[in-house]
Amino acid sequence: MSPPAAPLPAAQLPAPLAEARALVKRFGAVTALDGVDMAIVPGEMTGLVGPDGAGKTTLIRILAGLVAPDGGTARVLGQPAVDAPREKLGYMPQRFGLYEDLSVIENLTLYADLRALPAAERADTFARLLEFTDLARFQGRLAGRLSGGMKQKLGLACALVSRPQVLLLDEPGVGVDPVSRHELWDMVRALAGEGVGVLWSTAYLDEAERCDRVYLLSEGRLLHAGPPQELMGRMEGRVAQIAVPASARRETMRRLRASGAVMDAVRHGDALRLLLARPLAAADPALGVAPADLIAPRFEDGFIDALGGADLAESALAAQYRTIPESALPAIEAKGLTKRYGAFSAATDIRFSVPRGSIFGLLGPNGAGKSTTFKMLCGLITATEGAGSVAGHDLRRARADARQSLGYMAQKFSLYGDLSVRQNLAFFAGIYGLAGARAREAIDHVSEIFRLGPLMDMNAGTLPLGFRQRLSLGCAVMHQPPVLFLDEPTSGVDPLVRREFWNHITALVDKGVTVLVTTHFMDEAEYCDRIALIYRSQQIATGTPDELRAAAAGPDGRPVATMEDAFAALIRAADLHREQAA
Amino acid sequence: MSALFSARRLKAMLVKEGLQILRDPSTILIAFVLPVILILIFGYALNLDTGRTRIGLAQQDGGEAAASLATAFRQSPWFAVVAVGDVPHLKDELVAGRIRGIIVIPQDFSRRAAAHAGTIQAITDGSLPNNAAFVASYADGVRQNWALARDGRAAVQPALALTLRYWFNPGSVSRYFLVPGAIAVVMTMIGSLLTALVLAREWERGTMEAILATPLGMAELVVTKVVPYYVLGLAAMTICTVVSLILFDVPFRGSVLALLAISSCYLFCALGQGLMISALARSQYVASQIALLAAFLPSLLLSGFIYEISSAPLWVQWVTRIVPARYLIPSLQTVFLAGDDWGLFLPDMARMLLFGAVFFAITLAKTKRRVA
Repeated sequence: MSPPAAPLPAAQLPAPLAEARALVKRFGAVTALDGVDMAIVPGEMTGLVGPDGAGKTTLIRILAGLVAPDGGTARVLGQPAVDAPREKLGYMPQRFGLYEDLSVIENLTLYADLRALPAAERADTFARLLEFTDLARFQGRLAGRLSGGMKQKLGLACALVSRPQVLLLDEPGVGVDPVSRHELWDMVRALAGEGVGVLWSTAYLDEAERCDRVYLLSEGRLLHAGPPQELMGRMEGRVAQIAVPASARRETMRRLRASGAVMDAVRHGDALRLLLARPLAAADPALGVAPADLIAPRFEDGFIDALGGADLAESALAAQYRTIPESALPAIEAKGLTKRYGAFSAATDIRFSVPRGSIFGLLGPNGAGKSTTFKMLCGLITATEGAGSVAGHDLRRARADARQSLGYMAQKFSLYGDLSVRQNLAFFAGIYGLAGARAREAIDHVSEIFRLGPLMDMNAGTLPLGFRQRLSLGCAVMHQPPVLFLDEPTSGVDPLVRREFWNHITALVDKGVTVLVTTHFMDEAEYCDRIALIYRSQQIATGTPDELRAAAAGPDGRPVATMEDAFAALIRAADLHREQAA
Repeated sequence: MSALFSARRLKAMLVKEGLQILRDPSTILIAFVLPVILILIFGYALNLDTGRTRIGLAQQDGGEAAASLATAFRQSPWFAVVAVGDVPHLKDELVAGRIRGIIVIPQDFSRRAAAHAGTIQAITDGSLPNNAAFVASYADGVRQNWALARDGRAAVQPALALTLRYWFNPGSVSRYFLVPGAIAVVMTMIGSLLTALVLAREWERGTMEAILATPLGMAELVVTKVVPYYVLGLAAMTICTVVSLILFDVPFRGSVLALLAISSCYLFCALGQGLMISALARSQYVASQIALLAAFLPSLLLSGFIYEISSAPLWVQWVTRIVPARYLIPSLQTVFLAGDDWGLFLPDMARMLLFGAVFFAITLAKTKRRVA
């Protein structure tokens, strides 16, 4: 990925191509945007960053002239957004806006006609875009039969067909593999270099770091506006990593909490990553941090600081959880799990073994086979080949026992939206076999731990996203299972809720619980003891985060910096291997 | 701002819509296969004619009068005597459903008939009330006619004589008026249900958002959705008409022009309804539910197609006034069975156009380039 260009100081900025002033938008009682100011200037990658429900899509739709604001102004190319010349506006909605029953070239032709591309330029433009997106070979293929990465590039090509001056991209990187994301980023970066104003919205904070200018949204409010380095610069000297042996972890956490000088503490393997309230000038013996421990801050640190810091409290969930007894058997085992649908293979020969009291992560883009593997291990679908066991129960012979010993949190909100929080909890207590006093006790515990008390009589479907996720986790752990299956538990929530979740998960693991988790946030891989990378139904690499980074090392032997880069390198190697085999 | 209508954008959208229609097997199924199936069902299976009802005859009297009455039953256009025997035997036949009623001519019938006091017994299956009432009343009719003819003077002298004459559908064949109804149902399916579904699909897949962010205007979008499905609706109507003319010898006494004009007005209205439903629902599931309840079922049940409106309770008659198909069916039946009667067609066409205009106005007000 190309590094960001040095951002211009505010005084020298060229006139913005699009801008919003004090923008307000309400949907019923919900305020989606609350006085947002922003601008897109030519030649820059402008990032619109925030968790789900922050207001990103609403802001983009207002700029695209699809939604009228309730207050403030939105101007694009010198006119109110609703009247702006649409030929000069490129917009790619979240699902790319492609007609799946039209071919690549038919989609391009449709958008060329709608966007009034002059007929004389058509041949050249199509050739240029097809080459640019590397789709020339697939012109005749129906858009519905393209892979996620190719759909995304075609969506971009359709948005670019009339050389727009403003390009609005709504979460273009979601659910696509890291290699495709890198390629798309480079393409769009090249356009910005030609003077196009680009708005790139994302929930991935590592993408935010690479933008020239970032608008950080949370619950409709702007938390930060400016170059990401500005936000990260303020964190300079405040982020440290200290080694803490497992035996001293609880004591250390207690000390950090008591000090009041720590805004965030995250476990990374045997180390703790700290965000300090003030820059560290000299060694602080009370905290056990020395200047040598300081590391480079990340965008997320700035986000957490802007949100007022994370809750460092010990996990109340783990405190009341039973200790899972030791066992000689692995808690989860996959022995060559394969699932085929006709000629299509959704998962091929997946093998791993997870010992009691550890976290195993399945990483991969959407559609790679993570969820299929998950469902085979839950006994929700039957493997075509191979075997698996959960807490010693063989999936083929004792499926019901295997299910009783696991707690499952599904990827999409899978509770009953029109039942209240209390009714949902009572229902899940019932199906996991809790009754009477035990059920009441379990429900009280969950409502207390996840602070659901005031919401108990609300319908689950109307809860804010963070609370829905908490309720889902609560339902999954009510019967205190020895094994937890979490499918994208932190998808779309803000960093504070993510912290809270991982705090619970890591603390449960200390009690002997075994966790199998999927995520597409590559940085979350750092929480896992071991990881399997799944790509196109294949398990392309397995190991600890350090091992995977080392395996992805370039010819100079230097390990790559982030999990994302490691994953990208391993995918390229797998693709190369596949091509050579073919 | 670009012009309200651009030939290039219209053509691009029409080509796109055409390709989608041709590639989607469900569209072809609804537009071309379903009409034929519906016509066949309404033509063959759903027959409201009574025909000849099968009965059993128990003749317990050997006299001349009894034999003569039995012959009258055998020759009746309403009954087919398929079993003869004693009552217990016929009862088994009735229970088995092979006959719908038993006519008993009792032992002393001939003697009493001489004194103009001959009575017969009709035993019917009360679990089929319509059939039972039919058998009872028509059996009595047969007896009265027989008595009239035999005596030369009326056993019961009617005050005035009624002669029934059916105009336009002399054979009173129900499929003649069911076929126009089937055409209405098919046009409702295509106009409202299919249109609501394809538009809701564009909302669901996010393509609506993408094309609305281009220079394409809402008016252009509506036109390019209406034209292909209007053509599709007319094609299906033509298939229905041709199939029913060939297979069922349904008379066609009006002009093709009148048929096209009436169908066009109805399609305008049905398409407006379909667009409005999808603008309000935006999800295929909800849109199909609404289209089924608000368009398809009323066109079947409240349009006068199967159930005569004038025989419904008064408040139901009022409800039918907001069912567009109600204004289509009488005109269609007239075109097929009677001929052109513009005095009847024009007011109904005006009403359908008015409904359509209201639907389109709501659609435009509701969408107006707004995604949320």
